Amino acid sequence: MLQETTTSRMKPAIALEDISKSFPGVRALSGVSLALYPGSVTALIGENGAGKSTLVKILTGIYQPGGGTIRVGGEETHFPTALSAAHAGVTAIHQETVLFDELSVAENIFLGHAPRGRFGLIDWKTLNDKARELLRRVGAEIDPTIRLRDLGIANKHMVAIARALSIDASVVIMDEPTAALSHKEIHELYELIDRLKADGKAILFISHKFDEIFRIADRYTVFRDGGMVGEGLMADVTQDQLVKMMVGRDVGQVFPKVDVAIGEPVLTVSGYRHPTEFEDINFELRRGEILGFYGLIGAGRSEFMQSLIGITRPSAGAVKLNGDVLVIRSPAEAILAGIVYVPEERGRQGAIIGLPIFQNVTLPSLQKTSRAGFLKLANEFALAREYTQRLDLRAASLDQDVGTLSGGNQQKVVIAKWLATQPKVIILDEPTKGIDIGSKAAVHAFMSELAGQGLSVIMVSSEIPEIMGMADRVIVMREGRIAGRFERSELTAEKLVRAAAGIGEAA
Amino acid sequence: MAKLLKNREVLLVIAIIALVFLIALRFPGFVAPANLARVYNDTSILIILALGQMAVILTRCIDLSMAANLALSGMVAAMINAAFPGVPIPLVILAVVALGAALGSVNGLLVWKLDIPPIVVTLGTLTIYRGLIFLLTNGAWINAHQMSDAFKALPRTPLIGFPVLSWLSVLAIAAVYLLMTRTPVGRAFFAVGGNPHAAVYTGIDVGRTRFLAYCLSGGLAGLAGYLWVSRYAVAYVDIAAGFELDIIAACVIGGISIAGGIGSVGGAVLGCLFLGVIKNALPVINISPFAQLAISGTVIIIAVAVNARTEKRKGRVILKKAEAV
Repeated sequence: MLQETTTSRMKPAIALEDISKSFPGVRALSGVSLALYPGSVTALIGENGAGKSTLVKILTGIYQPGGGTIRVGGEETHFPTALSAAHAGVTAIHQETVLFDELSVAENIFLGHAPRGRFGLIDWKTLNDKARELLRRVGAEIDPTIRLRDLGIANKHMVAIARALSIDASVVIMDEPTAALSHKEIHELYELIDRLKADGKAILFISHKFDEIFRIADRYTVFRDGGMVGEGLMADVTQDQLVKMMVGRDVGQVFPKVDVAIGEPVLTVSGYRHPTEFEDINFELRRGEILGFYGLIGAGRSEFMQSLIGITRPSAGAVKLNGDVLVIRSPAEAILAGIVYVPEERGRQGAIIGLPIFQNVTLPSLQKTSRAGFLKLANEFALAREYTQRLDLRAASLDQDVGTLSGGNQQKVVIAKWLATQPKVIILDEPTKGIDIGSKAAVHAFMSELAGQGLSVIMVSSEIPEIMGMADRVIVMREGRIAGRFERSELTAEKLVRAAAGIGEAA
Repeated sequence: MAKLLKNREVLLVIAIIALVFLIALRFPGFVAPANLARVYNDTSILIILALGQMAVILTRCIDLSMAANLALSGMVAAMINAAFPGVPIPLVILAVVALGAALGSVNGLLVWKLDIPPIVVTLGTLTIYRGLIFLLTNGAWINAHQMSDAFKALPRTPLIGFPVLSWLSVLAIAAVYLLMTRTPVGRAFFAVGGNPHAAVYTGIDVGRTRFLAYCLSGGLAGLAGYLWVSRYAVAYVDIAAGFELDIIAACVIGGISIAGGIGSVGGAVLGCLFLGVIKNALPVINISPFAQLAISGTVIIIAVAVNARTEKRKGRVILKKAEAV
């Protein structure tokens, strides 16, 4: 079943054979196989819901497979608990690190296997010394005695990796490790992965980003709908081929950008500043325009948007909407004026589980649907029906709890909620972060449709292809300031990266 | 979910009927209409309080100070009446509802403006309110003979066959039901508890919503304060001590999720009736007060376990074909 390649002549560090896993009513994995080789990075690719997370949980002993075998170094084994997987040398570094904020860095690294001194008490000196050495090995300049909560996300990853080394892991699973990292931090991670490879670790690398996969992986495995649909060497495959395997169809045009006649200025922001987060923000947004906001994580884009809709107060600045000066002191006032913000992390900030679909949709529009301070359920149903139909929501009834919907349908409810306020300006913050390619295309098509209807869209995105594919104009932010402005015609990936990183034009 | 919720309420109704039936087997007099009306009347104060607690719990907070608020408001009502017997009773009630709401708003402000965890805030005000009663009275009691007849008579005055106390609780149920299901504030209670982060972006002021919930629970505690003192014709520092736990228990039994966002007026009322039936029936069938406590506690844990099971999400739908269902 496995291809004969140079690497596969080596014994796999860990091999899954014919693994299946079912949940009540759902088959999450059916007969998948995966082998990870020492000194090699295997990319695990698949749309959201393809079964990647389930596989990781089986590898780390959190789930038990329904069928199939796990072999470590050729020996058949079982991982009845997370601890047994750790003892077998399997460790995982998750998107959000699973560490303890209130413990010190060294304690995090050695939790559960701290060096013991006399009377079985923890030997703090050895603990800190060993932690310091491990951190040096991963190339991180971190004091092992400080509390973890004082570290940034990138350094927390470093601690997680140091922990992996401390238990002498032979298999390291990285689940979208770069999702929250900046450009520079990603490069440090690449270097670290190269070092782990040189140490003979077998690495499973899960990512949605193709540039990363091609940069870092030696092999690939593609999952679709709980089954394995392809594997091989990265050298033998192209990006298009991988995409085809993932989606099982030709994606065709990934960015369905429609040319829209761009009209008069709708939103004018001038002199916006905040004491600690951003300053000198000036721009205009026109009718039918998609304005991209590009920058590294932490460049101040989301902070500026949240201030624009009244969640935080700017220290100075003026906003004009259709020529009228606006003072926005709260999100409610922003919504009333016609500016809505669709935050990232839709799970945490989007749907309100426990409320039925129609109440989720009408929540920001209650002023419109109420009469004399009393809710009118009939009006709410009508409004919710109108907008959920436009988005082709699949639900048995609008009275149903939004929590019973699938993730994609929940997202439609959230978008319907914002459209129902009939905004003039819609701000989408990382609209496609962490969602699969098929859903991304749907979101992009929808964005074009909105612009076509005369809405003005601000799209905050950290993904260069998305910015290049969708935006009419791009503003790049760096360290709280505008670092570049580009028309669509003059846009190149290099210009964006340079502006965001603060590197001058090439000579 | 709507179906589940209905099911849960139907379940409670069935449980209450089964309970009443079991009691009737040993003590047929219990199911006499007059006795059932008496049980309801006896539960009225708990219902009024649970309605306020429900609003607070829905917003992911808790109000431990309700019983202390009741005792302080009740004491003030009794003191007004003792000092100025001529003041009309409706005015006294209005005054203590306002006082209760003000005490509740202190909780609300501390939670809203200082961002202190609700359990800590209300644990603190619980003690403060009880302490205030002592400061006001130096520990003295106000007894029946110091209260005017009108003050004591109002709750038991019959009105279309039922005492005013029962009617007041019915009125409170109707008003809170209207508030919960037909006003934007009521909707905001659910939204804030269901997902506070999302609520912010939809233009809801989370802190203000919680503040309003505390004002409501405080106002209802004030009303209950008058009713308690006039019904039992006595006011002192320790009245209704520990009653806050009964209020929370009634909410939990009634399916109000302690995690916020889930619950209904019907559920809260049924939770109260369930507790009310148990409390009234156990002495009748000669069960010792200590066993009564154990039984009440067991019922609460069973109710929470049942709720936890129904709230548990089903596994994630991963396969495309399963999603189509």
